Parts: sequence; C-alpha cells; structure tokens
Amino acid sequence: MKSKQTWRPVTDRVVTKQRANLFSQIRAFMQAREIIEVDTPVLSRYGISDPFIEQIRAELKQDHLSSLYLHTSPEYCMKRLLAAGIGDCYQIAHVFRDEEKGKQHTLEFAMLEWYRLGYNYLDLINEVEDLLLLLKLPKPERQSYQNIFETTVGIDPMTAKIGDMQTLCKESGWSTATTDRHDCLDFLFSHRIVDHLANDSCLIVYDYPACMASLAKLNEDNKNVCERFELFINGIEIANGFTELVNADEQRQRFIDELEKRKLQDKHIPPMDDLFLNALESGLPECAGVALGLDRLLMIMLNKTHINEVNYFTLDNN
Amino acid sequence: MATYNTNEFKSGLKVMMDGDPCSIIENEFVKPGKGQAFNRVKLRNLKTGRVLEKTFKSGESIEAADVMELEMQYLYNDGEMWFFMDPTSFEQYSADEKAVADAKQWIKGEENCVVTLWNNAPLAVAAPNFVILEIAETDPGVRGDTAQGGSKPATLETGAVVKVPLFIENGESLKIDTRTGEYVGRAKD
Repeated sequence: MKSKQTWRPVTDRVVTKQRANLFSQIRAFMQAREIIEVDTPVLSRYGISDPFIEQIRAELKQDHLSSLYLHTSPEYCMKRLLAAGIGDCYQIAHVFRDEEKGKQHTLEFAMLEWYRLGYNYLDLINEVEDLLLLLKLPKPERQSYQNIFETTVGIDPMTAKIGDMQTLCKESGWSTATTDRHDCLDFLFSHRIVDHLANDSCLIVYDYPACMASLAKLNEDNKNVCERFELFINGIEIANGFTELVNADEQRQRFIDELEKRKLQDKHIPPMDDLFLNALESGLPECAGVALGLDRLLMIMLNKTHINEVNYFTLDNN
Repeated sequence: MATYNTNEFKSGLKVMMDGDPCSIIENEFVKPGKGQAFNRVKLRNLKTGRVLEKTFKSGESIEAADVMELEMQYLYNDGEMWFFMDPTSFEQYSADEKAVADAKQWIKGEENCVVTLWNNAPLAVAAPNFVILEIAETDPGVRGDTAQGGSKPATLETGAVVKVPLFIENGESLKIDTRTGEYVGRAKD
C-alpha cells in the first residue's frame, strides 16, 4: 500500500500557495525596481573551487566531455552577463550541492540571486531589508562579525590565538578540533552564536574575516575583513551577499589557493572556469550581489522545522 | 578496526566514544553556506546511560562499536551472575549486576529479554515491557473499595515493590509495566 501512496506531494495547499505567493511577490519586487529576470544554464563544463562545497556531476556519453557540473549557484553565469552589460538582474534558480542533507539542507534547493550595479554591500543590505518588509518579515538587527564574536564567545575572531580557539572548540563539544583557523571560526560561529539566536530573531552579520571572502571584495581600509554579509532569521542562515570582487587577478589567485586546499584534502579538482575569469578581465562593473535560500525562507514564513516540509517532492519520494 | 564516516551517521548506530560504546540518538548536519560542515551528534553511553553531545567535522571517521541487541531467554541467577540463552544458537551468556541493573527486579526466569552485547559480553539487559508476577506480601485487601483510588505497597515474588490498589489480595498475579514500574491490572488467565 505504501508504495502506491508515495507519488503524492508532501506539501498541503497552504504550503503550495505560500510558495507561489513568494515567487510572485519577489518577481513584482524586482520588476518594480527594473531588475530584469535572467535564466542561465544549470549545467557547466567548469566547476567551482570552493573547498567547502561539493558539486554534483552529470555523466555524459559523448566522448571528450566525460561529465558536466550542476551549478551550486548561478553566480558565474550572472556575472558574465553583467560583464557583457546586461545591467541589474536577478534569477530564481534551482541549485545543487552534494553531501548536504539535514533539517536545513537538501541536495537541490531554490535560490534567489540578484546583482545591483554601483551598489556596495551596505546598499544591498538596505535592499534586502526592503524585500523582508514586503514579505512581512522583521527588520533585522545589524552586528559586525567581530562584535558578535566578542560579545557572545568572548574572543576577538581577528586576533585570537589559534590555541585558545582550539581549546574553546574542544570545550564546546568538538573534541577533535584542528588548528585550522577558518574551521575553528566556523565551528564557534555555528555552535556558540547561530545556535543561540532566538526563535524570533532577525540578524544581519557583516564584515566577515578576510579568510572567508570567497568572491567578496576586501575592505580597502581594513584588509582583515571583507565586504560580506549574511542574514539569519530565527537562527537559520537565509542569505549571503557581497560587494563583488571585480579584480580578475585577485580572483584567479583565490581560485588557485582554494584548489590547493582541495588538493590537500584529496577532493575533486574541477577545471577552473576561464570563461568567468575572462569576463572579469574584460571588466565586471562595480556591483553587489546576494543569494537567498527560498526554501529556508518558506520554512520561516510557514513555521516549519524541516526543509522537506516546504518542497512538494523530496529525494525520499522522488 | 571498523569505522563509520560521518555521512553514515544515523540514529541507532553504535560507535566508540572515549573508550565506551555509545548509540547515536540524533545526528544533525550543520553547515554554513560557505564554510566547514559539521555533524552534531547526541549519543547515549551504553555503559552509563548518560547522554552526551559531540561534534565532528563532516568527513571524519570514528571507531565502530561491536554492539548487538539480541532477544534472549532469562534462565537463572546464581547469586552473582544472571544467565541468559540465545534461543537460536543455544549459547549462554552471563550478565553481571551492573548489566541487569533495573531489569533484575522484574525477571524470575523464562522471560524474553533484550540483551545488548558489547564485544560479545552482556552490557545491558532490558526486561520485557510487561511482566506478570505474583504478590508475595501485602496488607489484606479491603473489600468493596474499588472506586476510591487509595494504594498500598505490595512486594512481588521477585522482591520488587509496587503500588497496588487497596482491594488487591495476597497471592494475586499482577501485570506490571517494567518501564514505569507501575501496576497495570490483575493478570487475566
């Protein structure tokens, strides 16, 4: 009997309606601001170098192209469009990340990503706030990464000795804590800060340490931090935005460093995306961009605790 | 040495932690969008019963614990050890007082108990959820008093003491819920 039931969507009408509403509200918001919708490919011949994100590969039967990569965000293609002069643009895309499964993680999820020319990350935070207002979500508090670390964990994330951080990690349950600064910061941030955010909290954390810059521009006055922010609602990471790095050489160097890290961890080494780097070389206009997880946003709006509860179909029944 | 990778973690998995066998109760995946992934795990120490929380970097491996749960028949107690038999292999196992812990007050022989074996030795014994035991000693029953809800202590044939309604007589057989230690009712033949 059970096998005959499983074709049904797991969501009810309320969820289905809210999902539809959210998508149309976002489209109306973007249209009113003359940000145009784009729709870039999901498959790419190139991978990403991020040492913490694993791509799902699609196998091909064609001879010289053995596999393609499913995108983990539409960032590279959208930046190529920006470099080609498309102007402000947004995309609602399904993205894919291997090895990510849990209450707030699923291998495939819906992402809203948008870019604004001439904006920096602070301008974009204001725009994210406008979107939250439209969606009847609270206005976020703002705290710098350094400040929230100092007030919550009691250490300065920029200057703390690695030994002290490792001890703190061990005390907080990670008994095999390493001496990798980035890992320790990630552990303390998620276990000592995000975990303790209230169930009705809305917070923007900004000015992340430079080692977490990814594709963000470093702050010109303080190279220890990057112009990056994240939005947390009810303790769930919802959005991540930057003033975008437009310097091609710096970007290429970061890719090389990241690939080196992947190599050390014995992870898959994808071909570097030269098309993306060529676009930066030809000139990506100064801009800021943000990616926002729509399934998680729906979880918040519908008061659900598992991401599978806001998707019609999940990998368990698909 | 058998190991489990964090991506194999799920509730019920038996692993070694600080030298003790543990059972995973809950496994939560924690990962910032751009950052290191962790598995936050709640474990029950199978020796002490204590629940602990540990975090692992995703991709780490930890030692597996050779732990099995088998249904076995309780045979007898020789004053020091409690003896159980695996009904499929007829192999006998002896459990010490620490392993039988709470279960020992509910079993008199022939019950099917779940025995947790660690490295092939009994680590814990769970009595059946319900047992039927005779009363060895209690105050005389108060006739007609079925509605008033008063209770009195009764010592069972195994030595366990439970609260029973006032109308229960000496020598009666009772059904007991071993998880709560509560009287459920008179045993029906």
